[in-house]
Amino acid sequence: MISLAGRDILHGWGKYMLTGVGLGLLIGVTLSMAGVYRGMVDDAQALLDNSQADLWVVQKDTLGPYAEPSSLAEDSERPIQAMRGVAQAAGVTYLTMQIAHGDEDVRVMVVGAEMGAPGLPGQPTHLVAGRHIVRGHYEAVADVKSGFAIGDRVKVRRNFYTIVGLTSRMVSSGGDPMLFLSLKDAQAAQFQKDSDAILRQRARIAASPQLNPPGNPAVSQAVNAVQSENNNVNAVLVTTTPNADPDAVAAAIRRWQRLTVYTRAQMEEILVDKLIANSARQIAMFLVILSIVSAAIVAFIIYTMTIGKIREIAVLKLIGTRDRTISWMILQQALGLGLIGFVVGKIAASLWAPFFPKYVLLLPADSIMGFFAVMLICTLASVLAIQAALKVDPAEAIGG
Amino acid sequence: MSRRGWTMAAVLVPLLLLFAWVAFRSGPLAPTNVTVAQVETRRIAPAMFGIGTVEARYTQKVGPTAAGRVTMVAVDVGDMVKAGQLLAQIDPIDRDQRIDAAAGGTARSAALEQAAAALIADATARVALAKSQAERTEQLKKSGWVTNALVDQRRQELAAAQAGLVAAQANRGAAAMDSSRLGAERAALVEQRSNLRLVAPHAGLVVRRAVEPGTTVVAGQSVVEIIDPAQLWINARFDQTQSAGLAAGLPVRIALRSRPDAPISGTIERVEPMADALTEEVLAKARFTVTGTLPSIGELAEVTVALPAGAATLAVPNAAVHRVDGATGVWVIRDGDLDFVTVKLGVQDLGGWVQVLAGLAAGDRIVVHSAKALKASSRFSIVDALP
Repeated sequence: MISLAGRDILHGWGKYMLTGVGLGLLIGVTLSMAGVYRGMVDDAQALLDNSQADLWVVQKDTLGPYAEPSSLAEDSERPIQAMRGVAQAAGVTYLTMQIAHGDEDVRVMVVGAEMGAPGLPGQPTHLVAGRHIVRGHYEAVADVKSGFAIGDRVKVRRNFYTIVGLTSRMVSSGGDPMLFLSLKDAQAAQFQKDSDAILRQRARIAASPQLNPPGNPAVSQAVNAVQSENNNVNAVLVTTTPNADPDAVAAAIRRWQRLTVYTRAQMEEILVDKLIANSARQIAMFLVILSIVSAAIVAFIIYTMTIGKIREIAVLKLIGTRDRTISWMILQQALGLGLIGFVVGKIAASLWAPFFPKYVLLLPADSIMGFFAVMLICTLASVLAIQAALKVDPAEAIGG
Repeated sequence: MSRRGWTMAAVLVPLLLLFAWVAFRSGPLAPTNVTVAQVETRRIAPAMFGIGTVEARYTQKVGPTAAGRVTMVAVDVGDMVKAGQLLAQIDPIDRDQRIDAAAGGTARSAALEQAAAALIADATARVALAKSQAERTEQLKKSGWVTNALVDQRRQELAAAQAGLVAAQANRGAAAMDSSRLGAERAALVEQRSNLRLVAPHAGLVVRRAVEPGTTVVAGQSVVEIIDPAQLWINARFDQTQSAGLAAGLPVRIALRSRPDAPISGTIERVEPMADALTEEVLAKARFTVTGTLPSIGELAEVTVALPAGAATLAVPNAAVHRVDGATGVWVIRDGDLDFVTVKLGVQDLGGWVQVLAGLAAGDRIVVHSAKALKASSRFSIVDALP
């Protein structure tokens, strides 16, 4: 038995392929949109993975350090370190800022992590080039996305930092590349004011009779010294010992250190459900609309393709071809179109994904789901065309 | 096959190949690109890196010992002064008048002393007269020419004259004491007066002129600050985790913020016995010799201390060290598989090489850089360089 559908496709295969490619680009956009959503969630997950922490200790009653500002004294890690079930505790600071790179500005998240020993929480998990920070000051590790290269000198606030290592997929929940500094440098970057501000502050203190009482010049010096100190961190990252229950350790820290503690699951909830919820819903909405539009376009393409062949179908009917054969032919063509579309779409999405400014994650599971969705949409779309084909009067084959 | 068939194959085959390639070589299913290195034997010269500020070893803050108003400041910032040179003057107010008053008091007490001496002479004369009269009356009494009553009277007169002499002598002693007291008081006032002249306790450079004439200063407040420009050092701070082996006498390289490309050599003068508990830093003083222009006091400086290189040991780049499930180790490639090997690490140099004390053998192939964090089950492909 000859394949009617195959014959028909071969008849005008160039046109058929081009239609499939066009459809494929549309599917590629839809897949990319799904990838953008997945990438967004993955960025949030990456942020948590990269911090290598089991618990996040933050300022009491805040959603810090990613979703809300949080600030606590650097030495609050010490009593935490002494608690049962805690393997490591390290302070960390996060600050998103704009830094100059050549002629343009790069938006980065400056991460201050303790560099005393390899593998402390907060340090970059892996490097793609160079080395980790060795000197206690003026060295930095940057994410490749920032565009920095090893040996570059970047200015953060008033100091220059040499890039000694590059890492990848170290981004903030907003997708900004990270720049790792030693904790002390990052504290300076976060809390140090510019020279003008310090100067004005001194002048204000000198003018205040309370802070600069006549006859006791030491008071204003002490006030100035207090104001220029910065020993705060945004969070303390804690890793638990392998056999400890993170929830129990978190409860103990909450109870005895009087601080707010989040576990990995709670942090994920904060990041995914609270921080990126709106943008994720925005993309999900767009994805839904895009899917509906794609389905409609597939339906119209198949419908017009069938209508274009209406005379041939009438001839088929005239020579006594069964309805089932004609329906099968149309369905096969629709599925074929869907298949070509999916293949082209997947290729297109994979090829253009790296060029997106934010991370686009194309999950194989999403692709498989996408494949079945495309097939389903094609099947449904062909119903319309099949109906039109079956309603054709065989007389049209010989009519005007 | 027909021409059409060939064309179709030419389109479809590459398309399917491309599809297979994107499905398995990109995205989450793609192997992780890694770079590898062999465990090397090398000598690690650990080094410490600290920052500090240029400080003068000796700073003299010259100020008054009592509150007063500054009438004159003789020197300005940048002046070199000699020991004993006048720097500033505090208003003496009534000190001069009080010295004059004290001088008047001394003169008066000298006059009183003179008067007391005259009174002693007078009393001495009276005693001599009374004594001769008494002796004469005694002689006459033996011959029976005078009565006992006269003898008693003469004796009483002699005793009174002697008492008068003692009183006059005591008066003169009091006057002398008074004179020396007033003299000492005057000397004290003169001393205080000279204390209002603020002089350089040591030769040096004036670095601060804190107040201007007319300002009232409190006791202990500095008016002028002097440093010894030949004795500068860096007050350096080293992270406690990286300060093992820091000791006096080690050579250092000092890079001043104003001239980072012209490092100065120096030595660690001392490591402070007290560390900073809050900032978790060890403090040390690095001495250096100033050549050329004087660096600004308070300028930031980077201090690098190089420790002598130890014996050659196994070493790996620090980028290869990871922490997995609480253990520190490296990913070793064995028979084409990834194997996480726990290692014991030693010291690290500033180039990022870290000493391996146990866990690896020379020639082991280890993963240095990777495009993603690795797991034991990760598929990987070895490349020369990332990204």
